[in-house]
Amino acid sequence: MTAWGWVLGACALAYATKLVGYLAPDSLVDSPAMRRASASVTVGLLASLVTTNAFASGQHLTLDARVAALVAALVALRLRAPFLVVVIVGAVAAALARLVGMP
Amino acid sequence: MGLSVGLATGLYGLSFGALAVAAGLTVGQTVALSALMFTGGSQFAFVGVLGGGGTPGAAVAAASLLGLRNGVYGVALDGMLHPPGRLKPLYAHLTIDESTATASAQEDPDEQRRGFWTAGVAVWVSWTLFTALGAVAGGALDPRRCGLDGAAVAAFVGLLWPRLHNRDAWATAVLCAVVTALLVPAVPPGVPIIVAAFVAFGLATWQHRRDA
Repeated sequence: MTAWGWVLGACALAYATKLVGYLAPDSLVDSPAMRRASASVTVGLLASLVTTNAFASGQHLTLDARVAALVAALVALRLRAPFLVVVIVGAVAAALARLVGMP
Repeated sequence: MGLSVGLATGLYGLSFGALAVAAGLTVGQTVALSALMFTGGSQFAFVGVLGGGGTPGAAVAAASLLGLRNGVYGVALDGMLHPPGRLKPLYAHLTIDESTATASAQEDPDEQRRGFWTAGVAVWVSWTLFTALGAVAGGALDPRRCGLDGAAVAAFVGLLWPRLHNRDAWATAVLCAVVTALLVPAVPPGVPIIVAAFVAFGLATWQHRRDA
């Protein structure tokens, strides 16, 4: 298969996954247990994505400038900064940490 | 909130564009991923596996596993926003972390729908546009020196933070973060995130039974 084939195949799978969620029967959606599970899964996935984005490098765990971004973002959130400010603070913190020699 | 989410994610698209071209994709393929796959985590997994020397099949597998959460989002959003059948294909395409988080952050049904569309469309436009810019700029831009990977970390923390409104949510987040960190060295990229989803599902089921 060509590179374009793999790219478009992966896109089709991603879209099908999204669409399946909308076509699932309503009885599944409307139970309080399901709603709670769904909210919980979102929290779990976001926590997992924070972890991989901050500490994972392939299959290794590393401590690098992204840790500075994580700490700075948490401080900004505690100070009730809006989302965009939090993101910019994260980028600046990582860039500054690299400037002073963090990997 | 929708607009700022769009802006922030769009800026991160710069680094995705640059990284994808560095991993060997053409500018066209890179932009196609952002416009059509349109789910950042999966896209980063896709080019990350390719860039790390993985096979295209492994890249597709990692991207698809990471995209499973969008199916869960679809179930939640279908129940929350009740889109008409003919619009479901469009809702499905715009279903991502940011649009789901923005909609869930609202209480009023109209605001939920507005949040979903604003975030979804704003992210799609800026994500695709900035991906193209990043892909064209290619090697000229150093995503690490600009701290763009730090921006991604901050964005995910920013999306998680408003959901940590009680002890159960905190417990879920901490447990899933620990499970992820333990699994990263042991299994291929993308898999720890899926396992974390199942852990969260199991924990929620237990919490629900405990409260019943």
